Amino acid sequence: MTRRHTPDTPTRSTLGSPRPPRRRVLTGTAAALAAAAGAGTLTSCGSAAAEGTVELDYWLWDANQLPGYAEAIDLFMAQNPDIRVRITQMGWDDYWTKLTASFVAEAGPDLFTDHLGRYPEFLRLGVIAPLGEYPEVAALEEGTFQEGLRELWTGQDGLLYGVPKDFDTIALMYDRTVIEEAGLTPEDLADLDWNPEDGGSFERVLARLSVDENGVRGDEEGFDPEHVAVYGMAADAGIDYTGQTSWSPFALSTGWFFTEEDTWGTRFRYDDERFQQTLDWYFGLVDKGFFPPFGLFGDSSPAQTQLQGGSSAIAVAGSWMIGTYASLEGVDLGIAPLPRGPIGTPMSMFNGLGDSLSAQSEHPEEAARLAAFLASPDAQEIIGGRAVVFPSTPVGTEAAVAAYEEQGLEVSPFTDRVDQGETGLYPLVENAAQIASVLQPVIDRLWMRQTDASAFTEYNEQVNALFE
Amino acid sequence: MSTTAPPRPAAAAPPRRRRRDDTRLALLFILPASIGLLVFLVWPLLTGLYYSFTEYAILTPPQWVGLENYRTLLADPVFWTSLRVTVVYVLINIGVQTVAALLIAVLMQRLTQSTWLRSLVLAPYLVSNVVAAIVFLWLLDSQLGIVNLALQGLGVDPISFWANESWVIPTIALVNVWRHMGYTALLLFAGLQSIPEQLYEAARTEGAGELAMFRRITLPLLRPILALVLIMTIIGSFQVFDTVSVTTQGGPADASKVLQMYIYENAFAQYEFGYASALSVALLLILMVITFAQYWLSRAGQSDLD
Repeated sequence: MTRRHTPDTPTRSTLGSPRPPRRRVLTGTAAALAAAAGAGTLTSCGSAAAEGTVELDYWLWDANQLPGYAEAIDLFMAQNPDIRVRITQMGWDDYWTKLTASFVAEAGPDLFTDHLGRYPEFLRLGVIAPLGEYPEVAALEEGTFQEGLRELWTGQDGLLYGVPKDFDTIALMYDRTVIEEAGLTPEDLADLDWNPEDGGSFERVLARLSVDENGVRGDEEGFDPEHVAVYGMAADAGIDYTGQTSWSPFALSTGWFFTEEDTWGTRFRYDDERFQQTLDWYFGLVDKGFFPPFGLFGDSSPAQTQLQGGSSAIAVAGSWMIGTYASLEGVDLGIAPLPRGPIGTPMSMFNGLGDSLSAQSEHPEEAARLAAFLASPDAQEIIGGRAVVFPSTPVGTEAAVAAYEEQGLEVSPFTDRVDQGETGLYPLVENAAQIASVLQPVIDRLWMRQTDASAFTEYNEQVNALFE
Repeated sequence: MSTTAPPRPAAAAPPRRRRRDDTRLALLFILPASIGLLVFLVWPLLTGLYYSFTEYAILTPPQWVGLENYRTLLADPVFWTSLRVTVVYVLINIGVQTVAALLIAVLMQRLTQSTWLRSLVLAPYLVSNVVAAIVFLWLLDSQLGIVNLALQGLGVDPISFWANESWVIPTIALVNVWRHMGYTALLLFAGLQSIPEQLYEAARTEGAGELAMFRRITLPLLRPILALVLIMTIIGSFQVFDTVSVTTQGGPADASKVLQMYIYENAFAQYEFGYASALSVALLLILMVITFAQYWLSRAGQSDLD
């Protein structure tokens, strides 16, 4: 089932797990403070402003991150008694619809969690404001964030349109038991190589792990690729133009990149031979029986469910999913780095969320103060300590790594990519929704094995035409 | 009534005065509905028409571009694809639904008097579109769906109802048939009730069978109602959106991208409200042409009973 065609794939929603409540408003997270402020407003109606209490609205979509942010924002309110923050969380799909509607109605949040696939559009529409001019944000120095994150949130005018709050990278997740049953060890997966011609040792592992309905393995005589019981590599329901947790690690490790520039590129390279070779290899795995055919697994059976149910062996997964995979019952989770590509190293997509300031906010100074606070060591340690995401500053990242370690999870396959500079940025471009719309049919058709990747050349022209 | 008016044609005076009072009262009663009509139908229609001639990104003021959106539309391959997808959907949806509804309506009339049974037929209509779509999304799931389990039990390979280009539109069309056929049947049933019983009695004395009576009496006399029901259901069918939005979002490879889905995508994903308005106007024109043609062809305004 391909879902979420446009504007882009949910990178942070927890598909498959029970949907978070449609809308949960946390009012009065700090009970004492709320009571104090409430008392103030109760006794003399409307005098709250006169007493200097500013109300801010902060929105986010990830339910898993809500507890961490609630705790951090409680601390912020304790340090800033003149500000009250209301946190609103809602699911990924509702989030963007509601955000757009609220901008139209001029009733939106002051500060909100923003995504790279979306903020160029908001920037174009003039609904987010630059943050660099506020002293607290300006004080965040060059080395505050992991390298590259500030770049992702800098507009074409050189101004900062989001304070980086976290980052994510990609690695391989698998069930140790399944690997051992196939006669492999976790060490065998720790240093794989890949190339678009024969797939390298990575494809040999996928072949070993694929099993047909008669119990024949993919690297054995008589394997039936039409009737597969276990696929070597798992597939999520939809694969989009960024390929974040599907084809992008392979394409990036050939030295290919989406556009001619790291950020804000306008010439796309879907016509590049390296890209097309990679995609022909990637979706060619369907013919070999190592990768699920189009539509076999829908939204009801995302990659983690396939791993748990034993219908797929290895998943290319994002760091925001570590907690979800770790809590899969009956799965002895192993994490391995991505395979080394033709350029000699693995390459992960590097993406990060940021807090953006609404241009409609009546209290931009206070909102900027909150944004800066969320990037401060205090807040980053709290959020990292929840072991849900990797916060954007080294301090926060360390806190997260330590918290994962406490749970017995070795997450260096994710953090090594950043430490060793083996990352390619999430495509930060204008017209993201249109690009998704243009490219989705050809990606679907490629997966349905109705065309080959050379078809991208024609669509690449259409994408480039959007920028003329 | 105490009136001091000069003598006039006496008989006409009092009723006329009373009628004038009625007008005021009537206007008062119509007022709330008129406000609703103006605010929620006429005004959006006019603004929609205006926006279709503009480039409008909703957060910035609209800019007049004349016929630009319509030129783009005529040259837009996705528009034509989505129109074709929509027409295929309507053909399957309306074709199956009308036959099924007619069958149910005749069965209701000929076989049962039970109110309970008759209202049961309406049950699917009481379920909202979105809920029906989600239920069928799971029932027809390729991995966990009970339908595919049953098919496997019969030795048939699982079918990706939602992810196969040839299956997806028939699937969506049939889900909506399930949802709407009870309601359509009820409308047709009301039409059947208006056919005089003595016609059937006469036919029976002549020795006509059920099939002959259906062909010679029921169908011809039901024509005006059938035509109206068709006009209504076709308009509704062209506007299919929620089922697609909940299940496939237009995929796979645009195979279920119906016109309304494309309009929605342009407006709310790409912020092209001007172009989306032009697409909506195109849909409006298509529906107007179809409706008038249908009305004229089926002589929906006349009855053969007179």
